Amino acid sequence: MIIPAAQVDGLDKEFGTTRVLDRINLTIPAGQVTCLIGPSGSGKSTLLRCIAMLEEPSAGIISVGGRPLGFSLENGKRVKLPTAHNREVRGQIGMVFQQFNLWPHMTALGNVAEALKTVRRMPKAQANEIAGQKLDEVGLAHRRDYYPAQLSGGQQQRVAIARALALEPKLMLFDEPTSSLDPELTGEVLNVMRKLAEQGMSMIVVSHEIGFVASVASKVVFLDHGRVVLDGTPQEVFAKPRHPRLAQFLDTYLDREAVMLA
Amino acid sequence: MRFDVALVLSYLPAIGWAAITTVGLWIVALVASIVIGLAIAVIRLHGGAIVNTVLRLLVEAIRGTPFLIQLFLLYFGGPFIGLTLERLPAGLLALSLFGGCYMSEVFRTGIRAVPRGHIEAAECVGLSQMQILRRILLPEMLVLVLPAGTNIAVGLIKETAVLSVIGVPELTAVISGIGSETYAFVEALTLLSLCYWALVEICARLGRTAEQRLSLYRFAA
Ligand SMILES: Nc1ncnc2c1ncn2[C@@H]1O[C@H](COP(=O)(O)OP(=O)(O)OP(=O)(O)O)[C@@H](O)[C@H]1O
Ligand SMILES: [Mg+2]
Repeated sequence: MIIPAAQVDGLDKEFGTTRVLDRINLTIPAGQVTCLIGPSGSGKSTLLRCIAMLEEPSAGIISVGGRPLGFSLENGKRVKLPTAHNREVRGQIGMVFQQFNLWPHMTALGNVAEALKTVRRMPKAQANEIAGQKLDEVGLAHRRDYYPAQLSGGQQQRVAIARALALEPKLMLFDEPTSSLDPELTGEVLNVMRKLAEQGMSMIVVSHEIGFVASVASKVVFLDHGRVVLDGTPQEVFAKPRHPRLAQFLDTYLDREAVMLA
Repeated sequence: MRFDVALVLSYLPAIGWAAITTVGLWIVALVASIVIGLAIAVIRLHGGAIVNTVLRLLVEAIRGTPFLIQLFLLYFGGPFIGLTLERLPAGLLALSLFGGCYMSEVFRTGIRAVPRGHIEAAECVGLSQMQILRRILLPEMLVLVLPAGTNIAVGLIKETAVLSVIGVPELTAVISGIGSETYAFVEALTLLSLCYWALVEICARLGRTAEQRLSLYRFAA
């Protein structure tokens, strides 16, 4: 059996007394794109952030590449895993944010090379060479010496993708990577993601770009009020008659043209 | 009474030395203020409750009292707790502590203004807390606080004048000494003001130049 890229078992997340994720069970297949959709506040970001270890789950186990992350189950008890272990497993995950989150005081190349130098302890020349290759892969070799403030939103997001790719992750997480971009800039970012998908990268993508979701995803998960409502191939999930909550979501959040395409 | 420029000019070498002393005091105190300010800011953001309270009270006390009183307390009160200092070290210590407390508040605000996402992005690629502090938080913060930091630096130039009261031979002490010697008070005080004004102007300009240079590193918010 092929090990899934990630596995989520009985995940709960509470902020104070509000339950934001409720008994999430998910398998993220390796080498494929899984898209997370759902209304605002349904918990999509929180789910991704739990997998990226930016939030600590209240209950449940997450494993990445077959290895538990954060907590593991031992004799039926949930125990915290050592930092060194978590650091290693987390190193398999790349995260791309809605707000790019590039470091403004470093050039594009500096952003991509940073973790190679400080975390992987590579010599500067080698780190820069790899960073240069990664920038080339996202079509930004000619912008390597630009600072984030000198780049367009689409370019910044592509640098952010290159930064995540520099560490050779096994799983890439994208949280609404095109939502803060002008419409004419979303294409360049989606193209980079499409190319990555073709190369067999395991990806979880939160996106409202339903055309992209329908064409690239092999699996679509519809989340509502912190629960998995639908989980299947795009054909299954978008099939008519639609689940009433999905139909309502599509009506409210997406323009009609995009829905027609799907 | 006429404005006697020649008289003032005849004291030029002494005034020159005093100016150098003032600039030297300022630079040393400024560097020390930055170091102390960074230390207080970082400890207050990561430290425990007791250390935090102690540092908060220190900063509030320094910011809530006149520098002149702090200097007197350290120089004349110090010996009672076994801290006997010469004029110069006493002056520098007081000035550095004063500047450091102001700097620490600016640095704290600056660190908190660094977007959370920049830190999360660093955590995601595996930087340790120490590396995040050194490589992301502090550099980003320094760019953000440059205007406020320049203001404190300018303030410190003017506070160096207070050290004259314990006899540190800086501009104010030397020039007012010349004034009492020659009775040319107006000339001396005018010259003194011009000296400070020039220093302040130079400092402010340096700050603005640095700001322009660093504007490239600011995120387009
Ligand atoms: N740090 C936090 N503290 C308290 N509540 C939070 C926190 N982060 C998220 N929430 C709440 O959790 C719920 C889910 O938020 P989340 O950001 O995961 O939703 P989302 O599906 O990503 O929404 P959107 O489409 O708007 O990005 C929301 O009700 C939100 O207010
Ligand atoms: Mg979200």
